[in-house]
Amino acid sequence: MSRPSKRELARLITGIENGDPNALRTLREWYGRAGRAHIVGVTGAPGSGKSTLVAALTRLARSRGQTVAIVSVDPSSPFTGGAILGDRIRMRELFEDEGVFIRSMANRGALGGIARSTADIAVALDAAGYDLVFIETVGAGQAEVEVARVAETIVVVEAPGLGDDIQAIKAGILEIADILVVNKADREGAERTMSALQAALDLSTPSAGTAGHHGPGALRRVEAPAANAAGWRIPVLKTIATEGTGVEAVLDAIARHRQYLDQGAGAQRRAQRLEYEVTIRLRDLLLKRAMQQIEPARYRALIEACIARELHPQDAAQALLNALSREADRTPVE
Amino acid sequence: MTQTPEAARPLRILIAKPGLDGHDRGAKVIARALRDAGMEVIYTGLRQTPEMIAAAALQEDVDAVGLSILSGAHNTLLPRVVELLRQNGMGDVPVFAGGIIPDEDVPGLKAAGIAEVFGPGTPLSEIVQFIREHTPPRHAVGHQSSIINHQS
Ligand code: B12
Ligand SMILES: Nc1nc2c(ncn2[C@@H]2O[C@H](COP(=O)(O)OP(=O)(O)OP(=O)(O)O)[C@@H](O)[C@H]2O)c(=O)[nH]1
Ligand SMILES: [Mg+2]
Repeated sequence: MSRPSKRELARLITGIENGDPNALRTLREWYGRAGRAHIVGVTGAPGSGKSTLVAALTRLARSRGQTVAIVSVDPSSPFTGGAILGDRIRMRELFEDEGVFIRSMANRGALGGIARSTADIAVALDAAGYDLVFIETVGAGQAEVEVARVAETIVVVEAPGLGDDIQAIKAGILEIADILVVNKADREGAERTMSALQAALDLSTPSAGTAGHHGPGALRRVEAPAANAAGWRIPVLKTIATEGTGVEAVLDAIARHRQYLDQGAGAQRRAQRLEYEVTIRLRDLLLKRAMQQIEPARYRALIEACIARELHPQDAAQALLNALSREADRTPVE
Repeated sequence: MTQTPEAARPLRILIAKPGLDGHDRGAKVIARALRDAGMEVIYTGLRQTPEMIAAAALQEDVDAVGLSILSGAHNTLLPRVVELLRQNGMGDVPVFAGGIIPDEDVPGLKAAGIAEVFGPGTPLSEIVQFIREHTPPRHAVGHQSSIINHQS
């Protein structure tokens, strides 16, 4: 198959986002061709400069002859479901570049910093032939680590002055970092943030790393990856993204991390990512099937019992599950 | 028990400011109003060329394009956006506009393919209504059904 046009790709992404069966069929056809791109997650506190940094990295990667796709995720309003997606404001000089594809997306209520469909959209961009795929998460705190489920290399962007320095160094998000960036180095306090990050890194002994390259909420905890235990020293780099200062070192580190992964560490991580991926999809399918089979009246009755505090939610769920397995015993598997 | 198919999904709207003026209050008011109406708004910021706007509309696969302009250059910039969208195969995507646009310019803009022009003082609900009615029917507005959404 030849490279899809930007129009085709854009429409496919819309279809994937909306769970359109045709789009999902096409995605499956494309799946075998994916796996070439380097998928890089960029996460960090709101306003730390993720979009600006991604734009600067993209400009540089383009000058090195790479093509680049960017997915930027912003939050949906929990009240209206609407969203303002503003990351493009920092990427204006890339809009017309033939070798760049930018897509903004809303998280549509998903927790974890990306949307449910972000992983599949990354697959589509990969299959479409982009060399580098950046995934910019929702401005993230400590729990938004789902991007590790999608990306091979995680860049965590911090900035001085985003509250207390130690406060800014959130455990969860540090654990998924392959590269740490202190952006806004032109600002007061950058050195302090650098040394605080370095100290936090030195504290976390790599072998103790339960550094989960998987998000919270997995039904089964997949084995923690060796993460950065062997052979990868997490660099702490300083940038001024608005001026492009230090961006070269970040792109070099990204490339070095890919080499590191290609030399062996990547295979294990990929296996762990896919195991997680299959597990959560299984969870969704099981839940969906269960919801189809559960008797609505019974379901409501159990909820009512919980409301009346006659039943703990755990027991309600167990009762529903028991009813399902009795059902399964009676009917043969289709 | 059946699941509602994923028929309902948010509209995606590009709000852009073509030209060189720095008046962005109106564009931001509109972006917020559309968000509050449940739409996903891609806001690209100030000083966009028609080429940038068309490129963003293409990659974002938007359902409509809204242009905010208070510089006086609407008669050249707005038709150019429509033309570029057509060249990109997005001729069916409605383009609407707002800002400071004299009444006498509106017929010409409509002839050039601008669906509607909304001046200062237009009730936001009217704009929301217009977009809902003029986006191609393949798209419905609404919330995604949650998996726990019981329907029998
Ligand atoms: C506030 C303002 C400024 C602020 C802008 C602040 C900002 N960040 O936006 C400042 C002080 C910076 C400014 C500067 C200038 N301004 Co001024 N400014 C105004 C003023 C007083 C109000 C504009 C405004 O914000 N209105 C409030 C918003 C909410 O209304 P709105 O933008 O019209 O949007 C509404 C509708 O038009 C519509 N809408 C707007 N966009 C869109 C988009 C879509 C898709 C839709 C559906 C609807 C829609 O819905 C909105 C809500 O109802 C107007 C006069 C006026 N009464 O309009 C002059 C005005 C726009 N400015 C003008 C001028 C000339 C300038 C300057 C060039 C110099 C000067 N004389 O001051 C500079 C240029 C600045 C620059 N860099 O471009 C002129 C423009 C003349 C023209 N177009 O022919 C105006 C009309 C004043 C005048 N009568 O001369 N300005
Ligand atoms: N002084 C300074 N400002 C910067 C730097 N990098 C980015 N900024 C500014 O910081 C603000 C936020 O930048 P963004 O790139 O939008 O940050 P973000 O992390 O993508 O923000 P969200 O997506 O909203 O979480 C903008 O005003 C940028 O211009 C920098 O290196 N120095
Ligand atoms: Mg951003």
